[in-house]
Amino acid sequence: MTRSTTRTAIGDGERYLAAFARQEKEPSVRRSWTLPLRREAIARFEEIGFPTLQDEEWRKTSVAPILQIPFAPQPAPATNGFTRDVIERYTFEPWDCTHLVFVNGHYTPSLSRLRPLPAGVVVEPLTAALETRRGEIEPHLGHQADGRTHAFAALNTAFLQDGAYVHVPDGIDLEEPLHLLFISTSRGEPMVSYPRNLIVAGKGARVSIVESYVGPHHDQYFTDAVTEIVAGENAAIDHYKLQRESERGYHVAVVKGVLGRYARLGSWNISLGGALVRNDLGVLLDAEGGEVTMDGLYITGGTQHVDNHTLIDHASPHCASHELYKGVLDDRSRGVFDGTIIVRQDAQKSDAHQTNRNLLVSENALVDSTPRLQILADDVKCTHAATIGQIDEDQMFYLRSRAIGKEAARNLLIQAFVSEILHGVKIGPIRAGLECLLFTRLRKGHGAGVEP
Amino acid sequence: MLQIRNLHARAGGMDILKGIDLSVEAGEVHAIMGPNGSGKSTLANVLAGRESIEVTQGQVLYEGKDLLAMAPEERAWEGVFLAFQYPVEIPGVSTMYLLKAGLNAIRKHRGEPELDAIEFLAMIKEKVKLVEIEQAFLNRSVNEGFSGGEKKRNEILQMAVLDPALAILDETDSGLDIDALRVVANGVNGLRSAQRSMLVITHYQRLLSYIVPDRVHVLHNGRIVRSGGKELALELEKRGYAWIEQELRRTGAGAAPGA
Repeated sequence: MTRSTTRTAIGDGERYLAAFARQEKEPSVRRSWTLPLRREAIARFEEIGFPTLQDEEWRKTSVAPILQIPFAPQPAPATNGFTRDVIERYTFEPWDCTHLVFVNGHYTPSLSRLRPLPAGVVVEPLTAALETRRGEIEPHLGHQADGRTHAFAALNTAFLQDGAYVHVPDGIDLEEPLHLLFISTSRGEPMVSYPRNLIVAGKGARVSIVESYVGPHHDQYFTDAVTEIVAGENAAIDHYKLQRESERGYHVAVVKGVLGRYARLGSWNISLGGALVRNDLGVLLDAEGGEVTMDGLYITGGTQHVDNHTLIDHASPHCASHELYKGVLDDRSRGVFDGTIIVRQDAQKSDAHQTNRNLLVSENALVDSTPRLQILADDVKCTHAATIGQIDEDQMFYLRSRAIGKEAARNLLIQAFVSEILHGVKIGPIRAGLECLLFTRLRKGHGAGVEP
Repeated sequence: MLQIRNLHARAGGMDILKGIDLSVEAGEVHAIMGPNGSGKSTLANVLAGRESIEVTQGQVLYEGKDLLAMAPEERAWEGVFLAFQYPVEIPGVSTMYLLKAGLNAIRKHRGEPELDAIEFLAMIKEKVKLVEIEQAFLNRSVNEGFSGGEKKRNEILQMAVLDPALAILDETDSGLDIDALRVVANGVNGLRSAQRSMLVITHYQRLLSYIVPDRVHVLHNGRIVRSGGKELALELEKRGYAWIEQELRRTGAGAAPGA
């Protein structure tokens, strides 16, 4: 893949460089062992700059709208008017599990709910863990998410704010899911937050994590998030990313995982909100027998733009990957799916399947689907399929002839289309909530429908 | 019940129906026979409201109302049902859901209370017997992966549940072996009543030995060229459609389109 050296307009990056210079003077940052990491990241950012449409990886997504707005981080933690019931507001139904709540990137203990965890399990704000658990964190932090080529990942590391550090030691099955709730508000001025999560599962450990990104209607803000996932031998991790940002919110996220021998990762990437959304999900099958399932769903309306880039790297033999991304695009919204599968030369007996299906429910909606397969091994099973279609007229007529009204028939077909993804969601309250949210949204017609 | 007057219709840029006149009274079963391409399926679909077919002339009165002015779902609410020649697969929607939604839409239209899940299940339990379908089958996606026979039985089950006043069976016999045909025909016969009219569209006489019609009409080149009692079907079976064409040529009727 070629990388353009074309820089974006002068000034776009300057704001962030200036912000970094200010941040460097803060005593807490100056003292932290993360300073060299941050400096390295900002240097990389300065070198590569923001991506432009000339960058192969960003051909279909212009980040110009994000650069035009003078986003600034919220300097100190605050509840921003949210109260204890905030979790209920943003979870679909009462959900008994540990909730870590972050407001504009800052961990907010008064809104969070912690439940007892098995001995040895660590679930805490990353900023706290950076101080006390350097030895555990340093080998992983910044090693999966590639700040060398991804400007937003570099910025996230440079301005690394807060998020969750989750460590499940060898052999422990954390039966209850963990919910990380990232709330963004604008507080009258455009805010940026840099959520950063690190999830480490030891040998045979099991954990299920839900990241929610939400924001109140009409608020304009920018979320630049990075999550790194490390699955040890035989570990099993389920990772859900639910993006329900405000319809004026910008969201760029990088999720990178590395799988050890016979480890298993389930990834659900569900994108419902946001004005401009870009997700980069990557999984490195680093040792024999790893297995990843990547399910994605994007439902867009209005003028939303949602871009999902995925990368599955079969670097070892006997690994399997199953990828299914589905999109429903309404109004003038635009979707991008770009899925790369690499099967390295010695990754024999790889089993890789990628499917991307899109349903355009408006004549003005648009989607680009690009599968990229690089197969360097010879003894592999590898398939891919991409479809872009409209509501099937025969199905519509059939339903209507069975007394189902036109709107109801259309909504039923959309629900049926996405049900394949929703049925796979293993956490009951999330599945039921998503079904309900989708139903309400279809009833209203369209739109981001972010606000519960 | 149903009056079709001088119905003309186009589909795919071609004139298919060229002046159909037909009256069906309540409780009657009429068979429409004809060779391939004569317009049988177009007639069935135009009555059910398929939008890709354009009515260019004529009128259809259903219980005195202008059927052609109604949307497909309105026709269903009013009691029109089409058993499809090629039932459509709908992955992700169960037959159970489809039937409950459809039936309750009809009940709502009639001002009747909607059935709850328990009442609906009790009703379904009875109806499945009619077409010899396992109830578990209804939890599967509509027609997805069904055999030809299963699809057709599912159509008749839907007819039984939606309880139409006018049922149009579009080549319900096509693709069925003799056993499946018998099951489907028994299902249809079980639904015959003094209130329910049926239009049975078929290429072959075979189905009509099971579902015995009151009247038989022969469709040729977009027009009904002959009508008679059930014996007309037998005559057609014996002599073939070529016989009709010869007859038409001999009498000079219908030899050329528009003649």
